[in-house]
Amino acid sequence: MNPLEIPPEFHIMVDVGKCQLCGRCVQECSFGALRRTDKIEADERKCVACQRCVATCPQRAIMVVDHPLAFALHGTWTEKNRRDIWKQAETGRALLSGTGTDISYPSLFDHILIDSCQVTNPPIDPLREPMELRTYIGRRPRGLEFVEGDSGGLELKTVLPPSIELKTPIIFGAMSYGAVSLETHKALAAAAHEKGTVMNSGEGGLHAEMREYGQNIIVQVASGRFGVNMDYLKLAAAIEIKIGQGAKPGIGGHLIGEKVTEQISQTRMIPTGTDAISPAPHHDIYSIEDLSQLIYALKEATEYKKPILVKIAAVHNVAAISSGIVRAGADGIVIDGFRGGTGAAPTVIRDHHGIPIEPAIAAVDDRLREEGIRDEVSIIASGGIRCSSDVAKAIALGSDAVAIGTAALIALGCRICKQCHTGLCAWGICTQKPELRRRLDLNTATRRLCNLLDAWSIELKEILGALGMNAIESLRGNRDRLRGIGLDHTTLEVLGIKPAGR
Amino acid sequence: MHLSERRRKEEALSLGFRVHDGCGVAGIHNEKGRGIPGSRIVKALEAMRPRYNGLGAGYAGYGIYPRYRDCYAIHLILDDEESLRKVGEMLGGKANIIREEEIPARRHVLYNPPMLRRFFVKPPEQVGGLPVEDPDSYIMNLVMAINSGVEGCFVMSSGKNMGVFKGVGYPVDVADFYMLEEYQASLWLGHGRFPTNSPGWWGGAHPFNILGWSVVHNGEISSYDANRRFLEQYGYKCMLLTDTELVAYLLDFLVRREGLPLKLACRALAPPFWDKITRLSPSQAEIVRALRVVYPNALLNGPFSIIIGTNAHGTGMIGLTDRIKLRPMVAARRGEEIYIASEECAIRSVCGEPDQLWMPRAGEPIISIANGESS
Repeated sequence: MNPLEIPPEFHIMVDVGKCQLCGRCVQECSFGALRRTDKIEADERKCVACQRCVATCPQRAIMVVDHPLAFALHGTWTEKNRRDIWKQAETGRALLSGTGTDISYPSLFDHILIDSCQVTNPPIDPLREPMELRTYIGRRPRGLEFVEGDSGGLELKTVLPPSIELKTPIIFGAMSYGAVSLETHKALAAAAHEKGTVMNSGEGGLHAEMREYGQNIIVQVASGRFGVNMDYLKLAAAIEIKIGQGAKPGIGGHLIGEKVTEQISQTRMIPTGTDAISPAPHHDIYSIEDLSQLIYALKEATEYKKPILVKIAAVHNVAAISSGIVRAGADGIVIDGFRGGTGAAPTVIRDHHGIPIEPAIAAVDDRLREEGIRDEVSIIASGGIRCSSDVAKAIALGSDAVAIGTAALIALGCRICKQCHTGLCAWGICTQKPELRRRLDLNTATRRLCNLLDAWSIELKEILGALGMNAIESLRGNRDRLRGIGLDHTTLEVLGIKPAGR
Repeated sequence: MHLSERRRKEEALSLGFRVHDGCGVAGIHNEKGRGIPGSRIVKALEAMRPRYNGLGAGYAGYGIYPRYRDCYAIHLILDDEESLRKVGEMLGGKANIIREEEIPARRHVLYNPPMLRRFFVKPPEQVGGLPVEDPDSYIMNLVMAINSGVEGCFVMSSGKNMGVFKGVGYPVDVADFYMLEEYQASLWLGHGRFPTNSPGWWGGAHPFNILGWSVVHNGEISSYDANRRFLEQYGYKCMLLTDTELVAYLLDFLVRREGLPLKLACRALAPPFWDKITRLSPSQAEIVRALRVVYPNALLNGPFSIIIGTNAHGTGMIGLTDRIKLRPMVAARRGEEIYIASEECAIRSVCGEPDQLWMPRAGEPIISIANGESS
């Protein structure tokens, strides 16, 4: 017995009266926390509270609770501080985490309320009246030109730049094949296809079986350039250059060799079993003019037929950077707030770098408007979008659409156990192990994602109706319909909203 | 207690929210350009009296200054001699003043009226050695500068051969005040207000105007801030915290600056639903889709029924409602006259038996242009 061993976080209780010793829980626990002898024995130190055993026990005989072990209270040295130090004292390594930050920073979305109509302007009933959520992502020309047609009527002379048409302003954010399973990737693509939106390939390339969904996929070009070839660029609806990610701004990516299976190796175009490392910077982008070259290289390669988006993490100077990106030729900006998820990130970066998405949207929208270029491009916001009201608030603050990642995974069954980086996901979402991947049924997964999009879209229509509007574009940047509650003067000013009561 | 116009405006604006109102609107246009006495628009408005509460009314007349048809007629509401001196200096310095006079009024009719003045001006040929190539933009910028920079001064209207007359009172009293019966216009717009919160200041009454565009409006724009922030990118300053000035600026932007035909500009303000667009002919669908993609924030959302006066391409009147027609509008024609109003009674009170009377469909503009293509 090693007295310095880190105490468990969770306590597993098996009801011996109910348990029939079938061993299902032992099979289901991908973290190896359970063992069958003459009873079910638990190694609680390995338990991550993924709830898989609880959910699959035929007898409903298992319960996982917070471990009752007392940590002497201390205002400075939280339990988390102590655990982190113990882990580091043991390993001498940087801490690694999956999902977005678990530190409870105040959420600005939770301090914003939405207006409703009374008397002077009637609300609109979405059950009776048409409600439009259609959104276009891409560059917009400055002005339109018309010519007189043969029949005497006007005809459009301006050729509109390429854009993506979305039936709802919600897209699936970038999650790479490698980080997530092929089944997850396919379900995202199939749901996007069915509901008229798009998913994002992430930086790991596209499996051959994903090709049929090309028109519902934004393909990513990241610093590792994994899986990037002509075929990949050509089949997509749009291309996204990934500069950064909200969960790990300034940090590259690292897919452990264990996850680089035969199929991943083919898709990423790297040898099996080798670590897939995305460098922190693109090694051909050391300044904005280099980014412009990559944007135009991709436009040339795809004959100016696809929008080119640039994704950045929300950092302190996000407004100026975004302005540069627009001027560098991007057709849209994806801003990922610091709450955004990740398959793996150094905990210290995940928890302490970047800024929340709410002020980032407001700052970028303001800056682009000041420079008179806001209407030329689209803004997609992501990083901590949890519900339809977050979507509405993000759009009212100034974005065109939002991207969701973690929310989509939760729809698939994710319990936020934060073990994505281990490749042991018990729900078959964030893993490459065949026996775990099998747990995610493609049809069920697709249906659940479609349901989530439907549910949020219906709620968005309810929100628009209460606001007396019937088109989503009327909400875009409409900050007068938001009010802050419990926010200080400066934060209100940054968000460009009034306090409740004004 | 003497309440200056500045004070009233400050009070209205200090509320921090926009003035929401219910209203009645009416417009009469003679397509042959023949004069209509001001008394007729007053009579039309008077028929809809329950729609007002006496806290604001106004008129726009087109073709009222034939002698100064080439000048921009700047109608001003002023606080005092000091604000008059300042604005006079500004106008004199930036433009050529052809004539300056008081706006004739029976000042005893309304309570505590502000100082009212009109200037007929022409932009200079050149500024700083460079020719003034776009006089309309020049005057628009001047108007924005006066409204935001000269204390106690507000520009009621700034178009050529037209003018806005407005104040706090019932329509019939405001008309009496300005002696509207003395004017002949080929196009009249009229408005009576039922504001729900403002103390009532003269500048806050309708019509709102910029250059040749005048708007009378019944409704509330739910998309206000989205539209406002869109326009502010192009130099328009929404000073008055009302939705209505927004409509005037949007039309000015779309027609004058962006060069859209009037009908397409109206389409951008109240575009068909996507479902309907798919049922249009391919070339029509392409145009409307492009309008929605390129000008998403020109879309006015929320209940409205507006009548617009213009002299952009000949004097004309446009009636437009929101996409699901949450506020009323009726139109009629008799001979060479077109009528648009909130209620049928307004039209019948001035035109007797119309040749044609109809309820415009939601979002479908009625366009009546002098000697031009009406539809």
